[in-house]
Amino acid sequence: MARIWKFGTDVDTDQIVPGRYAPYMLKEGQDVKDYAFIEARPDFARVAQPGDVIVAGANFGCGSSREYAPDALRRRQIGAIIAPSFARIFFRNAINLGIPLFESTEIPELVGDGEAVEMDVVNGRLITPSATYQLPPLPDFAADVIRAGGIVRYVRENGRFPGEL
Amino acid sequence: MGQTLAEQILGQKVGRTVRPGELVVVEPDVAMGHDSLSPSIIRIVQEQMGAARVHDPAQIVLVLDHVAPASTVGVANNQNIVRRFAAEQGIRLFEVGRGICHQVLVEEQVARPGMVVVGSDSHSTSYGAVSAFGSGMGSTDIALVWATGKTWLRVPETLRVIAHGRFRPGVTAKDFALKLGRELTIAGATYMAVEYHGLAWLPLDGRQTIASMAVELGAKAGIFPPDGETAARFAVPDWLFVDPEAAYARTFTINLDELEPQVALPHAVDNVVDVSAVAGQKVDVVFLGTCTNGRYEDMRAAADVLQGRPLAPGLRMLVTPASRQELQKAIADDTLTTLLASGVTLTTPGCGACMGRHQGTLGADEVCLSTGNRNFKGRMGDPTSQIYLASPAVAAATAVTGVITDPRALEKEKHPAGGSDCS
Ligand code: SF4
Repeated sequence: MARIWKFGTDVDTDQIVPGRYAPYMLKEGQDVKDYAFIEARPDFARVAQPGDVIVAGANFGCGSSREYAPDALRRRQIGAIIAPSFARIFFRNAINLGIPLFESTEIPELVGDGEAVEMDVVNGRLITPSATYQLPPLPDFAADVIRAGGIVRYVRENGRFPGEL
Repeated sequence: MGQTLAEQILGQKVGRTVRPGELVVVEPDVAMGHDSLSPSIIRIVQEQMGAARVHDPAQIVLVLDHVAPASTVGVANNQNIVRRFAAEQGIRLFEVGRGICHQVLVEEQVARPGMVVVGSDSHSTSYGAVSAFGSGMGSTDIALVWATGKTWLRVPETLRVIAHGRFRPGVTAKDFALKLGRELTIAGATYMAVEYHGLAWLPLDGRQTIASMAVELGAKAGIFPPDGETAARFAVPDWLFVDPEAAYARTFTINLDELEPQVALPHAVDNVVDVSAVAGQKVDVVFLGTCTNGRYEDMRAAADVLQGRPLAPGLRMLVTPASRQELQKAIADDTLTTLLASGVTLTTPGCGACMGRHQGTLGADEVCLSTGNRNFKGRMGDPTSQIYLASPAVAAATAVTGVITDPRALEKEKHPAGGSDCS
């Protein structure tokens, strides 16, 4: 089973991947995924597993436009990120990369760090040993982009942008 | 019904009236990339989009500013990827030393009133200083613009800020920007555009300071009306104006006559207090620079405070001009000599120490007072280092005393030398 990684409010992209660990700064053979939360949450950097779910407070991903922050989480195969709200650029970047995001005020209050969970992304359900939570759906365009596996595949497959006629 | 500046600009792009919440697909006038992210953007264009040529080289601008000049072999190789790409595709590139992307695009009038300017950098809100819709995006979004010429945007609601009064001596645009963070919070304008009213008198540099920090409120864009210095220096399209009928999601009013110098405490941009609440805090490094406060006027404000006074013992002060032009202005009068006489370290125009990668990375437990825009934990170096944010005047006063200091307090005790020839 996957687990929950709980974070506070206003988690900024410098915490997710500090600028000094940008791919631009890394040596051959180093991968940005190994530096996700390297300083803010070193246990995450060491042991987070594919499918694990990040549950955070409001305004997750504020700060810089560095796409390598969500990309490090994608490469880590994070199952989903659930927060009451996301910072604008992070929201775009994560959707563009096909990372499932869910906006929920309720979940961060109900689940705790380290709890065992299963994430059903397709149906928007978070399943803990004691309960199943239905998550509010994303706006259609965002859900479509995530379903396509990211904006690049969306545009290549559809020949247009979401919202473009 | 009337239209906000953001609605006018996006509506002009799609050729019809747009409303907040709508998704529109637009062709940005400019899509900027800098050295830090352009290698990844180029990879997405070539490998994921399979595009041999960019859609329109004239739409793209490249700037080498984030690690300039290169600090490692890896960075040097990455910058060469960007240089080669620019040469192959016929894209305009501003070399190492020219300055910070957001400063250079305004100086070169690449960004102009009424344009949509997107950049691979969150501080692309800066272009709102010249009444453009400027917005930061990630690598994939910018790669899509380079490959297809287009991007999607959700038309934002607009938060209107109305300023009354004027800054008192010792108070500046930076204090205003920090105060907005304090009142509206780091998420106060998420997904929104901010429009700044009552500041027609504010010169361009102050507008750039404020617009650059719109993103620190979570905003998508921060736009000044096309008045004052912007109208004097740039061509303003006739369809772009403040529409009294425009509908705003929220209005925030501020009285500048009562504004005090502000300081953001570690580790959040909205963790802001009056300078008096933090005066006396010991500082190891003062950093004057960045797209927020690295211009001539900022160096001048610091020189006016330093004027003949040496830096406090044990304190370093780094000065990184926002661009070569700004540096040249500081050379043309006594600004730079005054700063150097006090003992500052001058570095190459560009981002400098702002992101902790070179030219002044902070070590463990070091305390920095920066004129920049972000004080997140670890941004400038070691995660135990601490960053305070303030205006150039507060920065210079702090450099003189070694502790956070209200520049107005320093003015009172007249220094003995009284000139710039003390060294
Ligand atoms: S000066 Fe700092 S904030 Fe501005 S563009 Fe450079 S790194 Fe970003």
